[in-house]
Amino acid sequence: MPSRRKRSRTIQVNYLTRAEGEAALHISMRDGEVVDLRLEIFEPPRFFESFLRGRDSREAPDLTARICGICPVAYQMSTVHALERICGITIDPAVRALRRLYYCGEWIESHTLHIHMLAAPDFLGCDSIITMAEKHREAVERGLRIKKAGNAIVAALGGRSVHPVGACIGGFTRAPGREQLSALRDQLLRIRGDAVECVRWVASFDLPAANRDIEFVSLRHPDEYPMNEGRVVSSKGVDVDVDGVDDFFEEHQVPYSNALHCKVKGRGPYFLGPLARVNLNFDRLGAEITSIARETGISWPSSNPYTSIVARALEVLYSVDEAIRIIDSYRPPDRPAAPFEARAGVGRAVTEAPRGSLYHEFETDERGLIRSARIVPPTAQNQARIEADLRDLAPGLAQHPQALATRMCEMAIRNYDPCISCSTHFLKLNIEEL
Amino acid sequence: MKPRVAVFKFASCDGCQLQFLNAEDELLRLAGQVDLVYFPEARSRSLPGPYDIAFVEGSITTPDDARRIIRVREESRYLVTIGACATAGGIQALRNWADVEQYRRVVYPSPEFISTLSTSTPISEHVRVDFEVWGCPIDKGQLLAVTRSLLSGAKPVLPAYSVCMECKRRGNVCVVVARGEPCLGPVTRTGCGALCPALNRGCYGCFGPANDENMESFVKLLAQQGVTGDDAVRRLRGINGYVRPWRETADAIAAQKK
Repeated sequence: MPSRRKRSRTIQVNYLTRAEGEAALHISMRDGEVVDLRLEIFEPPRFFESFLRGRDSREAPDLTARICGICPVAYQMSTVHALERICGITIDPAVRALRRLYYCGEWIESHTLHIHMLAAPDFLGCDSIITMAEKHREAVERGLRIKKAGNAIVAALGGRSVHPVGACIGGFTRAPGREQLSALRDQLLRIRGDAVECVRWVASFDLPAANRDIEFVSLRHPDEYPMNEGRVVSSKGVDVDVDGVDDFFEEHQVPYSNALHCKVKGRGPYFLGPLARVNLNFDRLGAEITSIARETGISWPSSNPYTSIVARALEVLYSVDEAIRIIDSYRPPDRPAAPFEARAGVGRAVTEAPRGSLYHEFETDERGLIRSARIVPPTAQNQARIEADLRDLAPGLAQHPQALATRMCEMAIRNYDPCISCSTHFLKLNIEEL
Repeated sequence: MKPRVAVFKFASCDGCQLQFLNAEDELLRLAGQVDLVYFPEARSRSLPGPYDIAFVEGSITTPDDARRIIRVREESRYLVTIGACATAGGIQALRNWADVEQYRRVVYPSPEFISTLSTSTPISEHVRVDFEVWGCPIDKGQLLAVTRSLLSGAKPVLPAYSVCMECKRRGNVCVVVARGEPCLGPVTRTGCGALCPALNRGCYGCFGPANDENMESFVKLLAQQGVTGDDAVRRLRGINGYVRPWRETADAIAAQKK
């Protein structure tokens, strides 16, 4: 019998590609055991929470949007909901519907970007959407059509798809007319079949098998698939109003990352995003989409992180249908925004960003100036969960050549569609003079 | 051989490089004309320089990035900044006015883990820049136009007149005159299509200063609308607040107050 030698191995990804922002991965193993594992987020922090202090509440949705170019709508929505709770504003039902439409647009564009440009190349053995287009032109063009429709929704309400300008405290600066939305409706009807095909396409990928003990967290609403409102719930029994989340969740800093780690108190990491939402709100997707979801052969709720891409595609389809439904029943509001009145107080909100629950908390003074801001983005919350997945994966990597092992780690990270630019913006400032 | 194009990221939100991917109708054609050899957000294979065109997103906020931009410059024939962060320091340049000592005194978990500079500065403060594309975010049409110019060996030209001109052309009702809304349009560069006035709100300066801005008369206009002191300073110290004419004007107003 050959003698067993001690085997060490290091997996090092210096710059994680096909993800938004800058991160690195380091795994050291000895004899198949993980000795050290670090998802290092080196994206430079931008200190939004520091410079928001002293700014006017009404500027806040324009400022927080700049945290993320891919999900500015999510930042605007969590910001306005949190600030409206301070002013005690009641939102017109038509405005509420427009906000949901706005969010549908962002889910469609952000999810479709991730599915086609960031994730699918892994499953099809390509380095980018551009090389993927050589062999899978039809799927790529289909993805670009869906994505374009998502961007068109955001632009219809906010003027442009990146850092849109229409959202404000109380509603929108201008509400679209019915005729403007009806053009959008035609575009959505044209890509509805594409969205169904997209679900089947991603479900046909060779998704790695995994069955993990994961705590999923998302909003849950009494009768809707959650976007702007709801209670924070988990697959292990958390069920709490947004004002109570600090009783259940905690943040802590780790030395190697510019993003804070998050845990459920007394338990451990948790999982946010499309898979969490689908798992916890499957009954809110409607009969047709749940049936399409079951046809994929995946058993829902799914404890396999690699099925995230299918959950993402299901949410694209849901958003297309929901957007059409909203447009069909749209009557322009009497006024596009409820008037703002400055008030001192504290307001919190969670909305469902494409990548998961996005928490905002503001304190304002009687002039409406921001005294403090706290923003907890989904990728920061997912970071500990991503590391847990990598720990589960690592022992099995020993049998694979380095390039494949590295790619498997990257795929495990991409399940979360990490948005690293978002995740680091909030750390406090430590100055190093050059 | 196709031109070698690279897209680099510094401190930013990714929104400007996203405009390449948002060019849904043009992306595949563009990809046929150039070799996107370095674009980590979209491609897992990254090739070393030299590059014919380097698009640079983001501002310089760390010691490492201050060194990295010098290497990017050395490896690139044309260096084009994309967006307010790379061109003007971005919204994160608000730290440039922060009281550094006060930051030092703030209690935070473990500040020694974080390495950052006390300022956020535009690329042009560090290296020579061949062309600047303004905007937060940049306009997709402008990005494609600049790319086409560079590929055909022509010097890119983008309009630099004010948003007011764009409003007139678009037939927008003036929000200053009709609604009394404070609006940065008179001193802001065109490029967005005068979006904010079209949506019934004042411009907040995403595209930076216009080439014909008259700050003195603009400050008077703001004052007539009751926007003075801290309020005026806040409006100028926004997304492009660190760029000279706006920075100096805001600093002068702030100094007056003291």
